[in-house]
Amino acid sequence: MKGMTEIVKTVSKLLAGLIFFYGIYIVLFGHLTPGGGFAGGVIISGAFILLIVANGIDEEKLRGEKEKAVSLASLGIFLFWIISIIGLCMGTFFFLNFLGKGRPLNIFSGGTIPLCNIAIGIEVSAALCSIVIAFILVKKGDKK
Amino acid sequence: MIYLPCGLLFLVGLSGILLKRNLIKIVISLTIIEYSLFMFLALVGYKQNALPPIVKSVTEEANYVDPLPQALVLTAIVIGLATTALLVALAVRIYEKYGTFDIREIRRLKG
Amino acid sequence: MFVILVLLMILMIAGAVVAIQSKDLLSAVISMGIVGFGLTLVFLVLQAPDLAIVQIVVETLTLIILIAAILKTTMKESKAEKSAVVIYSAAATVILLIILLSVFGNTFKDLPDWGCENLRMSKYYIEQGLEKTGAENLVDAVILDFRAYDTLGEATVLFTAVMGILAVLRSKGRKK
Repeated sequence: MKGMTEIVKTVSKLLAGLIFFYGIYIVLFGHLTPGGGFAGGVIISGAFILLIVANGIDEEKLRGEKEKAVSLASLGIFLFWIISIIGLCMGTFFFLNFLGKGRPLNIFSGGTIPLCNIAIGIEVSAALCSIVIAFILVKKGDKK
Repeated sequence: MIYLPCGLLFLVGLSGILLKRNLIKIVISLTIIEYSLFMFLALVGYKQNALPPIVKSVTEEANYVDPLPQALVLTAIVIGLATTALLVALAVRIYEKYGTFDIREIRRLKG
Repeated sequence: MFVILVLLMILMIAGAVVAIQSKDLLSAVISMGIVGFGLTLVFLVLQAPDLAIVQIVVETLTLIILIAAILKTTMKESKAEKSAVVIYSAAATVILLIILLSVFGNTFKDLPDWGCENLRMSKYYIEQGLEKTGAENLVDAVILDFRAYDTLGEATVLFTAVMGILAVLRSKGRKK
């Protein structure tokens, strides 16, 4: 399938970069302003979907991207489980908040909460990208 | 009686599931039922003349809205998205095999 | 406050009725978008900015997925036939809805007043949240520290759903 015109392709390259950084900002500052892992993850996946829709569909390349997205999602959920099991290994209960609490209103505060936000952000963005790519790659009249 | 429109939205979605024959309409009605539940949970946790639940300063006491129902709704929104995506994927596969979205035709054809 | 809420809810109910009655599938999906974005405005009026951010982006993605599925298959709904089974089921549905509406009316009278403090645990979360976790967004503190099991289960459910979708939508493979 062909992509869109040249104007749309150029503008979407600029906008996708801005949306990507906005998503990273919402994930990182999740413990200070509204947002968090889930909202930021969905916004990051929106940047990638904009690039796919504006530049047309190239089947072989999209299949490679789908494999990479699935591996990233697995990495994200694996990190989240590791963070939760560390508390168990250190002799006390599940989900021990093992980092210090820091000063309030600082980005390095809140214990394990920023790490959990980053892991969830990676997982949600990769999972949603792979879902949308799988829907795009369905061929009409495939099986009968 | 502010909760009554939530009940009305729930009943609209329920009538869509029971009366419609198209698979995509059934998926849309299921999503409408979920939205009515999110609205109900967010209404339970509201306090009059209160602020959003972001702590402003450490020293003074202020009136904040409940954070607990908002946490429950946040989880439920993401799970609703996953459920809807899986249902739509199954519907696309059913269309490729039978050629129609109508649930009475799907019951009659075999194999 | 009360008036704005009631107006938004009436808008959502009207959008939902149009969504399930329309014959064209694309108009039905767009009307469902009205319900979703109206819900975002309700969340903003109820002082919940975190929920509004998540709802607006998730609604956009749901619309994208539904429209992608419709464009691959068909856009029209087949005509309904008039037979005895259809009339019987419509009458039974109307009776069930009237019974459920009266049950809702009786139950909602017994809930406590709207606008007062309802839940018991929230006093503890609001007063001790900043001290015990160090995070200022109380909703994130509740999700990722006080109730972290739920978040673990939710992330796993999302991952499992993605694996299910990739297994269902796999194309036919290499032809030998």
